[in-house]
Amino acid sequence: MSIEIRDTAKNFGDFVALADINLSIPSGGLTALLGPSGGGKSTLLRIIAGLETPDSGTVEIDGVDATNVPAQRRGVGFVFQHYAAFKHMSVAKNVAFGLEIRKQPKDEIAQRVADMLKLVHLSQFADRLPSQLSGGQRQRMALARALAIEPKVLLLDEPFGALDAKVRKELRDWLRRLHDEVHVTTVFVTHDQEEALEVADNIVVINNGRVEQVGTPDDLYDNPANEFVLSFLGPITTLGGAAIRPHDIEVVSPTVPDVVTGEIVRITRIGFEVRVVVQPFDTAGRPVDDQVTVTLTRSEARELGLTAGQRIGLRPREGSLIPAR
Amino acid sequence: MTSTTTNSPVGGVTDTADSGALRAENKSPRRRVKQSRHNLTRPAGIGLGITVVWFSLLVLIPLTLVIIQAVEGGWDNFTTTLSNPQTAAAIWLTVRQAFLVTVLNAVAGTLIAWVLVRDNFPGKRALEVIIDIPFALPTIVAGLVLLSTYGPRSPIGIDIANTEHSVFLALLFVTLPFVVRTVQPVLLELEPEVEEAAQSLGASKFQTWTKIVLPALVPAISAGATLAFARGISEYGSLVLLSGNLPFKSEVAAVRIFSYIENDNVGAAASVALVLLVVALIAIVILDLISRKVARRG
Repeated sequence: MSIEIRDTAKNFGDFVALADINLSIPSGGLTALLGPSGGGKSTLLRIIAGLETPDSGTVEIDGVDATNVPAQRRGVGFVFQHYAAFKHMSVAKNVAFGLEIRKQPKDEIAQRVADMLKLVHLSQFADRLPSQLSGGQRQRMALARALAIEPKVLLLDEPFGALDAKVRKELRDWLRRLHDEVHVTTVFVTHDQEEALEVADNIVVINNGRVEQVGTPDDLYDNPANEFVLSFLGPITTLGGAAIRPHDIEVVSPTVPDVVTGEIVRITRIGFEVRVVVQPFDTAGRPVDDQVTVTLTRSEARELGLTAGQRIGLRPREGSLIPAR
Repeated sequence: MTSTTTNSPVGGVTDTADSGALRAENKSPRRRVKQSRHNLTRPAGIGLGITVVWFSLLVLIPLTLVIIQAVEGGWDNFTTTLSNPQTAAAIWLTVRQAFLVTVLNAVAGTLIAWVLVRDNFPGKRALEVIIDIPFALPTIVAGLVLLSTYGPRSPIGIDIANTEHSVFLALLFVTLPFVVRTVQPVLLELEPEVEEAAQSLGASKFQTWTKIVLPALVPAISAGATLAFARGISEYGSLVLLSGNLPFKSEVAAVRIFSYIENDNVGAAASVALVLLVVALIAIVILDLISRKVARRG
């Protein structure tokens, strides 16, 4: 079920949360709204859900204008960052809530709840209270609750933001697999570029209330539309005045022609990755430009036998310089 | 009060192949429970000692003495006192008015707490402070305030002095903050997101309120209501001036106790006190049961 957003704007007092957004989210995909905090992405998600009314513009869900349909009747599943669990209800009751509101037959509800809990691997916790679950489990319960009503679209607002790094990674994988199973049009908000690149089919980069770029993860990473997208989607450094990803710089001997020469200032090892900071020199041997960061794998760094203070040559790997726009 | 001991993993045994091991498993938790019955360190022991002495001197011993005094004169004294029409009327008036006030407080107090937490308006902070005044005011001052506003020389033309309504009004005045103050912190902790989640699942505003918000608030409301009721049945200072203490009309149980004492009839005074005590206990138990039931049912 596709989502069409046309000319949508929203202000909170003087603050422009969204300025004239036009966006179409394809049916069945997993789309990430990516951007810095306060950029308007959560506001956009809440407008799609009907939890916020736009000042102008329209929202269409599955070809039907939903702008004036209240959240209650939009048929949208929403998952909040802090779970929004119904604390006084058991896990099963939480999941059943939307179905009971719809006054479905009791046995159908029980069946659906059992299916949902199985889907999110919480079957054995059906009778627990949310407070007896871990953060990751609570978020899975919230997901089951949202999916139980068979929503037209599933919206997740920073769903893994409150979890620790390890659980976050697990749930990310798990969301991807779940989506491949359920195929419901899913939109999730994140400020974590890695999360967006890893999970999403499509990424919408939002900053200062505007859409900066829409595209597949590859598109955005390799052909960023502007400086902001470039810098937001991954680490960036400058080599000879041009922007480049740190892992796209090759380390060679300083005697190779047409390379930038420099001296290694510092070497930091982070797990499998080695980060080398280099101070470039001009032909006369005077320091020029800002320091360059180069990322190598550990084995590459070991082969080259790099040490601090060593003189090296740097050159971009083929086709990796990002054209300045 | 039940004291909880360590959770022994009795239910966690799944391996039943070796019965000897099973027997050992069955035995060990029991031993552990016995050990943990007394796990007080020295400072904790001293703390508990002080608590028990404190509690005994202030609460347990005086309460026991009242009960002894009430039953000392025998069952006869008790029944004679309570079958005295004037005393019975006073107790009935007190309980009835305290009950009505509690019910009204549960509704109005929740509403006020809601306004204070969820809405923003000029003067909100001032109202926050004013809420506590009826509670903080010396009761006789409260009585004076009420007498000058709703008494015979009322500047707004409402004179309810010497009537049953004066008791109701005085109780309402002094119990105002209880429900507000117990509901407020719970409401503050209740994230608006939870209500939004209910809405996105298809619940109307009314359903969200009855199925999500209210069950979360009920324990707090009933705690506040218990306090209000207990204060209501024991109130004296704030209502003596306005009510006029007319027998069969506006005389409350506390006033009745006072006059029994004045007439040196300690046994009768203790009997009335015992009745109030039992009524308060029953109220506490009932409200606790209600809050448990609502919280569980959700």
